[in-house]
Amino acid sequence: MNESSVFYDLAMETVAIMISVGSVLIFLFGYIAIILVSLFLWRLVRKSVSREKNFNSLKTVTFGDESTVVSNTTASIVSVLLIFVLWGSFTGSKLLPSFLHVPGPYIGSGEFTYTAKDVSGETASANVSVIVHRADKQADKPVVEAGNGIVNDDALVIQAYRSKLLPWDKNDEIKRKNGGEIVKVNDQPISKNNPVDVGFARVSLTDKGTLNVVPYDGIQMEHIYLPAPEQVWSRLLTIADQGYQNITLAQHLGFSLWRVVVGFLIGAIIGIPLGYAMGLSNWFRGWFDPIVEFMRPVPPLALIPLVIIWAGIGEEGKVVLLFLAALWIMAIAARSGVSGVRITKIHAAYSLGASKLQILLRVIIPNSLPEIFTGARVAMGVCWGTVVAAELVAAEKGLGKMIVAASKFQNTDVVIMGIVLIGIIGFAIDVGIRLLERYLVPWKGKG
Amino acid sequence: MSDLHIADISMRFDLPGGGSVQALENINLNIKSGQLLSVLGPSGCGKTTLLNIIAGFLAPTDGDIHLDGQLIEGPGPERGMVFQQGALFEWMNVRKNVSFGPDMKGVPRSKSAPEVDRLLEMVGLQDFKDKAVYELSGGMQQRVALARCLANDPDVILMDEPLGALDALTREKMQSLVLDLWKETGKTIILITHSVEEALLLGERLLVMAPRPGRVHKEYNLPFAELGVGADLREVKKHPDYTAKREEILAMIWEMEEEIMGRTEEAN
Repeated sequence: MNESSVFYDLAMETVAIMISVGSVLIFLFGYIAIILVSLFLWRLVRKSVSREKNFNSLKTVTFGDESTVVSNTTASIVSVLLIFVLWGSFTGSKLLPSFLHVPGPYIGSGEFTYTAKDVSGETASANVSVIVHRADKQADKPVVEAGNGIVNDDALVIQAYRSKLLPWDKNDEIKRKNGGEIVKVNDQPISKNNPVDVGFARVSLTDKGTLNVVPYDGIQMEHIYLPAPEQVWSRLLTIADQGYQNITLAQHLGFSLWRVVVGFLIGAIIGIPLGYAMGLSNWFRGWFDPIVEFMRPVPPLALIPLVIIWAGIGEEGKVVLLFLAALWIMAIAARSGVSGVRITKIHAAYSLGASKLQILLRVIIPNSLPEIFTGARVAMGVCWGTVVAAELVAAEKGLGKMIVAASKFQNTDVVIMGIVLIGIIGFAIDVGIRLLERYLVPWKGKG
Repeated sequence: MSDLHIADISMRFDLPGGGSVQALENINLNIKSGQLLSVLGPSGCGKTTLLNIIAGFLAPTDGDIHLDGQLIEGPGPERGMVFQQGALFEWMNVRKNVSFGPDMKGVPRSKSAPEVDRLLEMVGLQDFKDKAVYELSGGMQQRVALARCLANDPDVILMDEPLGALDALTREKMQSLVLDLWKETGKTIILITHSVEEALLLGERLLVMAPRPGRVHKEYNLPFAELGVGADLREVKKHPDYTAKREEILAMIWEMEEEIMGRTEEAN
């Protein structure tokens, strides 16, 4: 492959991406329209309700005044609700009243007639009864009388989102092998390139002359692609209760968290002293600067293959990976914590008679704690992302493993549940560290 | 007694781009125990450098300093320092900041507590003992810094523009406090300032320094500090001598600043 073909390929890919971006623009504009309409409605509501008179509401200049822009709780609530409403609407959720559903697949029974013609040009018609049922429900084949005409009535049972071929001539005297063919459906002419709309389905003629019945899909998502919210919730409950693939949810969760915590702690235990050494000694700074500055931009995910080669897919490998993810972040945080100490504080401590060790323990370390907490938040975030990715690649237990296993069986509800769980836990970790920070380093940002 | 002998101090250092700076040249000073010396000068005259050398944070290129016959080679608890701001430890409350010096010496808290309480009362912070220092105003923080310095019972207190970051009203109150503390404790105090008024009010003895190279330009012995102890400083400021001295020194510093500007313009 020569170089120009790479450019050509990339250019083609770019064009393809631009086209798909363009095709979703309509949804984007629709979404923005919803945002603006809800803003308009909210303003109407607010005008009718008495306005509070806090300091900001008395300001006349608000556009461009950063301090007047605070997150609007109503908007946040509406935004989250809308996500669930859209989700429910496009999945036909039972949590929503059905008038909010976008059109779903055709469910129920229908009928059409076909007209067959034999070589002699004689035609005859028969009815086809069709029942379209949901994937999770079975339907009995409608009973049709055996009949004794040239062509006899047929029955079809089709699962929603599927189609079915109708071998119409099985019970007919007109046979395809004898040159019989279908010429009309519902009295409209039909041919290979000219399907007929029968009201609930599209009926087309295949190359071999059978009828292909495709019931209308609507624009709802099929549940194997996007399950309804209540399905995800009930899946969460069953998995929390019974586990997934013989591994309980607590085990999946526990293993992921355990790896993150152990990897992060080892990284912090080694990284923080390393950062202190780099912040306090020219020699250590010079020694480790090239290593740290090189390793820091390497994404931990890029180390997964090497770690698997070296340490295998067991727990050691994952902990080593997370250790490496946390190490450099913590070292750099500790280093900048030390470098950030005001020289006046150090001078003050010396002239109050403190020794070097006392200055380290009583001034430098406490002074670096806010930076270390910031580093810990970043490191825990990176570790959480890395552990999920590592589990996607290879693991026996863990949330990442659970969703990748579920995806192989098209258990989309488990995949979505796993993703939501991963998000919630990542958020909880961040909030937890922030609370800990507020409790342990209340002086942060107030020096 | 703990007199401070500053003998022939010079300070010269190389610049990264070549060339060198003569920050101080042949400074000779004898500061008697219990003296309140204020040091004034335009920016770049080396007054902070001098203070840092006395504190032991910098080593002079020539000359040496003896405190009570002891050569100064580094920082030590007998020379306490009060900084402009940001030298308090935010992770300790007011009381722990003040007892930092005794803590470092290994004095148990139970023994240092009465002295700490006495000092906090002296600076008017007895009701703020358990507050975090970042909850205090700038003036209160400097009171904590003064108390912290005194808690270590130093022979000499070095003040590097301690009131420079305060607003005018707070500053006036703090000036009274410094005078009162000086009288009450009898400590030697060296105070660096860029405010002529402050230097006159607080300096029993006043040094005006000149830049390039940093040197002592003129020296005054002043009565205002004695007058100001326990008195209203605004009354002192009405003293005719005070006004005359203020104008004289302002003119002197103004002239130096002009000269610096002229020299830079020539160089350009």
